[in-house]
Amino acid sequence: MPPARLPLWLRLLPPLTLLAMLGPVAAGLGGTLLPAFGIYPAAGMTSLTLDPFRDLGDWPGLASAIRLSLTTGLVSTAGALAIVVLFLAGWSGTRAFRLLERLLSPLLSVPHAATAFGLAFLIAPSGWLSRLLSPWATGWERPPDIAIVGDPWGLAMAAGLTVKEMPFLLLMSLAALGQVDGTHRMRVATALGYGRIGGWLKTVFPAVYAQIRLPVYVVLAYSMSVVDVALILGPSTPPTLSVQIVKWMGDPDLAMRLTAAAAALLQLALVAGALVFWRIGEIFAARLGARWIASGSRGARIDTLARPLALGAAATAALSVLLGLATLGIWSVAGFWGFPDPLPQGVDFRSWMRFAASGGGAVAQTALIALAATAISLALVIGCLEAEHRRRRPLSRRGLWLIYLPLLVPQTAFLPGLQTLLLTIGLSSGIGVVILAHVVFVLPYVFLSLGDPWRAWEPRYATIAAALGADPGRTMRAVRLPMLLRPVLTAAAVGAAVSIGQYLPTLIVGGGRVETLTTEAVALASGGDRRAIGVWSLAQTAAIILPFAVALIVPAWAFRNRRGLHG
Amino acid sequence: MAETLTLRDVCILKEGMPLIEVDRSIAPGEVLTVMGPSGVGKSTLLAFLTGTLPRGFSGMGRIILGDEDVTDAPPHMRRMGILFQNDLLFPHMSVGGNAAFGLDPGGSRAARRDRVAEALADVGLADFEDRDPATLSGGQKARVSLVRMLLSEPRALLLDEAFSGLDAALRQQIRDLVFGRARARGLPVVMVTHDAEDACAAGGPVYELERYAG
Repeated sequence: MPPARLPLWLRLLPPLTLLAMLGPVAAGLGGTLLPAFGIYPAAGMTSLTLDPFRDLGDWPGLASAIRLSLTTGLVSTAGALAIVVLFLAGWSGTRAFRLLERLLSPLLSVPHAATAFGLAFLIAPSGWLSRLLSPWATGWERPPDIAIVGDPWGLAMAAGLTVKEMPFLLLMSLAALGQVDGTHRMRVATALGYGRIGGWLKTVFPAVYAQIRLPVYVVLAYSMSVVDVALILGPSTPPTLSVQIVKWMGDPDLAMRLTAAAAALLQLALVAGALVFWRIGEIFAARLGARWIASGSRGARIDTLARPLALGAAATAALSVLLGLATLGIWSVAGFWGFPDPLPQGVDFRSWMRFAASGGGAVAQTALIALAATAISLALVIGCLEAEHRRRRPLSRRGLWLIYLPLLVPQTAFLPGLQTLLLTIGLSSGIGVVILAHVVFVLPYVFLSLGDPWRAWEPRYATIAAALGADPGRTMRAVRLPMLLRPVLTAAAVGAAVSIGQYLPTLIVGGGRVETLTTEAVALASGGDRRAIGVWSLAQTAAIILPFAVALIVPAWAFRNRRGLHG
Repeated sequence: MAETLTLRDVCILKEGMPLIEVDRSIAPGEVLTVMGPSGVGKSTLLAFLTGTLPRGFSGMGRIILGDEDVTDAPPHMRRMGILFQNDLLFPHMSVGGNAAFGLDPGGSRAARRDRVAEALADVGLADFEDRDPATLSGGQKARVSLVRMLLSEPRALLLDEAFSGLDAALRQQIRDLVFGRARARGLPVVMVTHDAEDACAAGGPVYELERYAG
């Protein structure tokens, strides 16, 4: 007996979702491809040529831009992954682990820009750490003249990305751990005389890594092409490739967009190449790992050195985000703050008042875009999951790849093309297209966040409801959605957080005319007004925390008399 | 409105391989007990009757209620009441909300409320309407599920290990209650169980399933 035929709207939702997610990516890549080969009708250029690539090759900063893209991406991804793996291997199940886990989970929601600003304010030569240590420990009476932030090797940028991506990979790994039953594997390994880290790496890690492989790829692709973090922590002369693409896109000379398009294709190739490189690395690591496992060495000695190291690294990452936020907070209300005073001489709320007077527009735009993009994504995702449930056909492996695809294509590779395309077909870039561009990134995260709880729902509730005469629509509205209120709101909060944190889609697709908390905060990076940066970054962080608070409070209130639904 | 439930040449297949075959009529008020060890797919027979067979399974044969063939009807049009081992009360609704879920729409609010109150009182749960289902005892939950199912006016009753979760004393009490109500309403009952005592108490024909050879 085939499952009942789905209503038309439900049958249309999965293809519509794919279109909303992949349509802009495909269109954007197409819109990048043509100008990269000289075809740009809006500027009157219609002949096929390789000149854009020649111009790109003539750019003196190209070699270091390529190097930066590769090193920052690979170093930060490998760094974040190594910290997560060693920390999980050495400490999972301990009290220290639970403490740090509780600390790191909320850090996931701190936006990239705020993390980067906080880190910059913390570790810069005139940053808080240097002030706290000066002059008694360092002897510095004035900030030393060294480039810590914006160093030419991109180390500060890689550090910022590492501390930002670590909580993400940790949470992904924890979700994976729940499915592979690490506790039992470890019990067997320990009984056989394996050390903590050695045993974990040999028995648990392979299963966990298989589950977090796609998130790791996302981190790698993102770190290689990120723009806002690079603007804040990365070198400026020459900048990273992605930053340079954005610069060329904003150039009043339309011909520069051709160079930008060529660079976007190069960026795409770099990310693809790095992913292939990473995959080869995986295969090598698996070979070596298999040999290591077969050797039977218990690896008990690793623990003495690696355990404290892992704890230290994880704690440092967590603390640097937290202290960074604290620094932003202090700067936002700082009066005069001379070097090397550990704290400002007075409190001054002028920056907050200026924000209250002039920030309303950005707050409203941010909220409008986040609400619209999240609502659209949530409706599409719920429709897809419901279709999946009624067809009794779970998401395939290929489907999962499709969901991750928009996160694997570097933003700088297709957003410029998307904007060029919109311009060519005469669509003014306004808030509407920005919302659609946000959906591309919000949708996958909403899907990933809601998918597991949706599928874990006891299907016999649906059988009962049907037996009681409720049609599938009523079952969804009256039983399933209310029972899943908490994960639905959490998914919405994740979606809103993703939208609020977006920099590049807002900037590029909005043609520079749509102002949000994030674009305004990042725009302050070049000015160096630390008080304003503190205010805007904290406002951005608060905007992201608010929906998470709603997702906690609303179900708690709605189900205050329903003990069966207290998580 | 007492009707006979007929399972005509019913066969459940798993990936094309036959799993269960049943060809029986269950008279109003009669209980057909389907017994067998776990893993032979007893519950899939009930899933076929409710129209909710999981993917990978398929069913052949006809399901006839009275003189209506419901084999191809969507699950919510079949009026096959079902009770599971777990009470599966909707946790976000009050006891009253659960009970009223299956009531036919229409009628005044007061009339609907009265029917729920009466039905709850009838199983010894007077004034339980506003309670949170999570705060009830196991026996109370089982009775609320029964009330919820009966208020939807089913044409047949399916029991999927419905008493397995209850301790011995309670088990007999709930079983008597369920069979009593089914008999009073003339509902044909299909009970799936692994417990010989359940079969004994039902008093009807027993159909033993065996693991399909091969």
